[in-house]
Amino acid sequence: MPSTFAFGDVLFSLFTFFILLLLLRRFAWGPIVKQMKKRENHISNEIETAENHRQEAEKYLEEQRVEMEKAREEAQSIIETSRKTAQEQSKEIIRESHEEANRMKDNALADITREREQAVEALRAQVGQLSVLIATKIIEKELDEEEQEKLIQEYVQESGGRL
Amino acid sequence: MNIEHESPYVYDLFGIPGFHINLSNVMMLTIAAVIVFIIGLISARTLSMRPTGMQNVFEMVIEFVRNMIGSTMDWKTGERFFGLGITIFLFILVANLLGIPFMLINDETHVLWWKSPTADPVVTMTLAVMVIVLSHFYGIKLRGAKEYGKNYFRPKKFLFPINILEEFTNTLTLGARLFGNLYAKEILLTLLATVGTTFPIGTALGIIPMVAWQGYSLFIGFIQAFIFLVLTMVYISHKVETDH
Repeated sequence: MPSTFAFGDVLFSLFTFFILLLLLRRFAWGPIVKQMKKRENHISNEIETAENHRQEAEKYLEEQRVEMEKAREEAQSIIETSRKTAQEQSKEIIRESHEEANRMKDNALADITREREQAVEALRAQVGQLSVLIATKIIEKELDEEEQEKLIQEYVQESGGRL
Repeated sequence: MNIEHESPYVYDLFGIPGFHINLSNVMMLTIAAVIVFIIGLISARTLSMRPTGMQNVFEMVIEFVRNMIGSTMDWKTGERFFGLGITIFLFILVANLLGIPFMLINDETHVLWWKSPTADPVVTMTLAVMVIVLSHFYGIKLRGAKEYGKNYFRPKKFLFPINILEEFTNTLTLGARLFGNLYAKEILLTLLATVGTTFPIGTALGIIPMVAWQGYSLFIGFIQAFIFLVLTMVYISHKVETDH
């Protein structure tokens, strides 16, 4: 134990301590703490940004899902519509062709009927003439022409109804 | 065999009577301060967002001191003591460790030059008194003289004498604890070194306890720096905290 009280040591200790305090603040922990604060801010910013990005991504995802749903519904409706249209068209086509066929059949029937009538008419006239001719030749003098004609007409009418 | 060393005193410095100074302390304090400063300077030389090497180490020390202060008082109040805390811790730690590896003694005059400056009671008591004075200063500054004065009558009025006494015992124990530990360390190191060098057989006998004691001194150096820091913050928080 030193027996002398060295007051110089007291002053020098304090002096050294405060110089060191100031130097450390200026050159060591001051800048380092600043750096640490900067890093803290940086990290918290990064976390915030990441959080924002995540939320945005989620939002986009949701939007995308809604869009997808919408697109699917649209596609469904398009398909539905086209199917309906196709069905209607096919029905229309079938109906039209039915009508066409019916019309053609009717036309044909009408044609046939008309032809037949014409043919019958022609035949009837020819048979009449022929009969008159034959009858004239066979019984020229015996009968008066007018009464014969009437009689023949009767017969022809009969046979024409059977034709 | 003489383990009582002389100190390199300069008496009546600058012709002022009674103004003595111990050159050994001056040298060792300067060396300790320079080492701490260099460590700090190297740590802060290349600062980056991703800390490496010394920056990492220093940041750990900063975190450690910050936690220490945070555990004794509100960080808002404690932030201003951060510089004090980290300087106390590093300065005392380096000063403690300086005496461990070797000791420089002038053989002829038995003057001890290289030692832990904290093994000197004047230095440790100076630091202790400084801490206590600072605690009083901040106590008045942050809480006002009235609150500061009231603090002596808490928790009960009759405890006033004990509170006054506590201020002196706090100072004394703070300084003496550091000095006692470090002085004992120095004494035993000197003793072991003397044993090791005096007898031929002593080298073999002394080296094992020497290494063991140096390891233990390392431990003491850390622990005492830590304790000094903790008590500093405790005493200051006792004065500046409004409720405890």
